[in-house]
Amino acid sequence: MKLTRTKAFKTFAGPAWYENPINMQMLGICSALAVTVQLKTAFVMTLAMTFVVSLSNLIISLLRNVIPGNIRIIVELAVIASLVILADEFLRAYYFEISKLLSVFVGLIITNCIILGRAEGFALSNPPHLAFIDGLGNGVGYGSVLMSVALIRELFGSGSIFGYTVVPERLYAAGYEDMGLMLLAPAAFIIIGLMAWLQKYLVNSRK
Amino acid sequence: MVELLSLFLNSVFAGNILLAYFLGMCSFVAVSKNIETAVGLGFAVIFVLTVTTPINWLIFHGLLAPGALAWAGLPDVDLSFLKLIIFISVIAAMVQAIEIIIDRFSAALYAGLGIFLPLIAVNCAILGGSLFMVERNMTFIESVVFGFGAGVGWMLAIVAMAAARIKLRYADLPSGLEGFAITMIVTGLMAMAFMLFSGITM
Repeated sequence: MKLTRTKAFKTFAGPAWYENPINMQMLGICSALAVTVQLKTAFVMTLAMTFVVSLSNLIISLLRNVIPGNIRIIVELAVIASLVILADEFLRAYYFEISKLLSVFVGLIITNCIILGRAEGFALSNPPHLAFIDGLGNGVGYGSVLMSVALIRELFGSGSIFGYTVVPERLYAAGYEDMGLMLLAPAAFIIIGLMAWLQKYLVNSRK
Repeated sequence: MVELLSLFLNSVFAGNILLAYFLGMCSFVAVSKNIETAVGLGFAVIFVLTVTTPINWLIFHGLLAPGALAWAGLPDVDLSFLKLIIFISVIAAMVQAIEIIIDRFSAALYAGLGIFLPLIAVNCAILGGSLFMVERNMTFIESVVFGFGAGVGWMLAIVAMAAARIKLRYADLPSGLEGFAITMIVTGLMAMAFMLFSGITM
């Protein structure tokens, strides 16, 4: 059996590309935009998000037969909130600078619709290993959009990648200027709009 | 008074919780398809933000902040790491309570807001409001004004978006651009317009 035909691969690739949580399902946009001024913050946010969504999927899937149906939302929120607190405290302890830059947005992972959506829609009805892979796929799909938006914004907004200047001096000397607009909120909306257009076009034309 | 007014104006325009801080995007995209539901959800958000931000202020400064438990003889205890889980529980509980109260006293308002209230519990704008309140060290009065202002700003943005989307229905867009993509681009243009207010100071 080819790798691309296994159930696990499909579970991973679905959310990572075809059903990308941000571009195709329009979920979790809240935090996606705010942390994309620099690649560094976007990368840390991706890690935090992947950690929370894959583990919450795993835990909820393990508990799926013991959670009573009518209070499941509050149980899911409790699991998610505990994982987010773990991620937040870890960043505060070891990467204080980055946690300052991310400010409230790590905490806001709790209300990120992707996590609750996956818990409700996937983890409650699937075995733990698939739920974990689905979580990873969602984290990667979310992260890839985040990182590409951040790459565009950092490259054109401050002329650097991961904080290292890449635009050569000669270009500045020749009159090139960084685009201030890229650092402001509107640019994030417009870039994500254009990316959603591109991805939808690619997915549609494949069919 | 002047500071409060300028805090209010800032939270409505230049520091708009949706257009400058990207909070509450999920319901913004999903519910901005027609004006009536947008207005309904907007009022619900104003209401819940104005109530939950001050309540979370009281809880944070009365129980969770470093040294807040001094009255109980525990001056060294710092429970602020619990704020995320406490805030989200307070918000969920308040939303439930508000729903019950509205149902009891005003059937008309319940019919209007009812379906939106459960949605609001997971709206990041509400939790974001409480977290910003902690991060910016607001006083109690400021937290009331900020909660209300952020709600008004959010409603302004979603109603304007709903109005723009009605016109967009007649636009002839290339394939793939319709729906989410064009909504984001229009939001970007709107965010630029709101940024123009940032020059206004009191």
